[in-house]
Amino acid sequence: MIAEPLINSAGTITTQTLEISIGPQHPSTHGVFRMDVVLDGEIVRALKPVVGYLHRNHEQLAEKMAWLGSMPYTDRLDYFNSMSNNWAYALAVEKLAGIKVPARAEYIRVIMAELSRLQNHASAIGFLLQDCGAWGTPLLYAFKEREKILDFFETVSGSRMMCNYFRFGGVRVDLAEAMLAMARKIVAEFPKFLDEFEKLMTTNEVVLARCQRVGILPKELAIAGSISGPVARASGVEYDIRKVDKYGIYDRLEFGVPVGEVGDVYDRYYIRVLEMREAVKILQQVLRDIPAGPVQAVEVKLRGFKLPAGDGYGRIEGPKGELGFYLVSEGGPKPYRYHIRPPSFINLTVLEDMCLGHKVADAIIILGSIDIVLGEVDR
Amino acid sequence: MNYPGKGLMEGLAVTARNFVGSYFYKDRLTTVQYPEERVQTPENSRTFPFLVFEDSPDKPRCTACKICETECPPKCIYIVMDRDDKGKPMQRPKVFDIDISVCMQCQICVEVCPFDAIKMDNDYEKSKYERFDALVERLPDLLKPNEYYRKVKPTEASEVDARLKAEAEAKAAKKAAAAAAAAAKAAAQPPPAPTGTVT
Repeated sequence: MIAEPLINSAGTITTQTLEISIGPQHPSTHGVFRMDVVLDGEIVRALKPVVGYLHRNHEQLAEKMAWLGSMPYTDRLDYFNSMSNNWAYALAVEKLAGIKVPARAEYIRVIMAELSRLQNHASAIGFLLQDCGAWGTPLLYAFKEREKILDFFETVSGSRMMCNYFRFGGVRVDLAEAMLAMARKIVAEFPKFLDEFEKLMTTNEVVLARCQRVGILPKELAIAGSISGPVARASGVEYDIRKVDKYGIYDRLEFGVPVGEVGDVYDRYYIRVLEMREAVKILQQVLRDIPAGPVQAVEVKLRGFKLPAGDGYGRIEGPKGELGFYLVSEGGPKPYRYHIRPPSFINLTVLEDMCLGHKVADAIIILGSIDIVLGEVDR
Repeated sequence: MNYPGKGLMEGLAVTARNFVGSYFYKDRLTTVQYPEERVQTPENSRTFPFLVFEDSPDKPRCTACKICETECPPKCIYIVMDRDDKGKPMQRPKVFDIDISVCMQCQICVEVCPFDAIKMDNDYEKSKYERFDALVERLPDLLKPNEYYRKVKPTEASEVDARLKAEAEAKAAKKAAAAAAAAAKAAAQPPPAPTGTVT
């Protein structure tokens, strides 16, 4: 029997589509995340994200717990940025209760949030380049820098990643002068790391070939999909909640919002580098101007803390995008409803649109360029 | 000057500088050879809670009020108050268990404690060979003297000691004042005469 010819009349090879499953433990899926991919040869024809492997019932747990009790659990959402998560939750509660935060605490909050942005972006682009095949080197350089910031977090809050540092109406402990000096040293040395990192990667021909014109997210789709954070800004959407809401003391600070043009993986890489430079600028201003004073509003009780009935939505510009907490209170010691708007999860919804027509190896770096954390996607 | 492969060559120069530099500069060598050498943890660093006692383990600061048990977010604390033979509460724990496989080191028990009885340790080597009973810390494991607390967290402990001393002095002064007032009252007023008439 003669086998059917592999090459059809049009001169191309006839192939069947093949459905494969990447993950949930694949090293480049950034955690327990699964992609059901339909492949035609090496080209992605369909992609379905499968989430839920790390579901911990966070929202329901918070509804059974005192208001303060879910503060340590917010650390475990996006475990790279526990400080930012704390801030979003504290902001929602403060809005609901009308608590005013002392000036020094606001400054400390900005220091913590921007430092956590620095370490998140550094490790995010390190992981992205690791997915590109730059095995180890950029990631370890980024982690070396991240380590200094985590040491600072440990010195201040007692824990490197699960900080649990913010309180309603302030922060838990004051920054001593030695700690401020430590932060100033980190901020002063950070641009040196960025310069070195850019020399290593930004003009590297392999990086350019892998990242440019790959995974383009059009501006319209970014807006329609309610994408936020660096992913949206790389697509040309000029939207930064620090500028829109001016929460905290961001109205007093001078900083730019970098915006990309193409919206490909390279733009998403480079926007993070630029954002780190802006964060350094913010930190320099804050560390220069930080006033003396109390760090905790006195009217907030630690035990038996009750909120007035009503609802409130607090949102911040987290390193990954808009992180919001929607709280409904019935006036009791527990929330009636506690809902999170996680940036990683919502940014993940456009993954298929970005991956269609690209090779499967590109799908990996497109996923890396969104910068997801599964603790936040699955909650 | 621009030539093909410039970015690659520059990147290689960076890695080469880091590689060669690691032989000459201590700050480029970032690996710590644990367990032979250890990183000095900062004073604020926290791992699991322990209970402070003042003079002897029979008299812990803990009064078994169960506030930490109710406030603990993952509910890893279990307390039973000690009672004497007559069933009168003795203001100290008979059972105090912390399941450190559940504890998430959030420090909320420390913050809510009104008696400064529970504090965070910074001992991070708590691995055990078993998963269940070995990871539950009982009252004798948890009780540690105040000297230990002073050793691991000097600044915090001295603040707590000063506050407790001031509180005790204020309490003693108040008690003395009350006693003096009562004595003065007793001296000023003769004992009340019986009012009823005796027939």
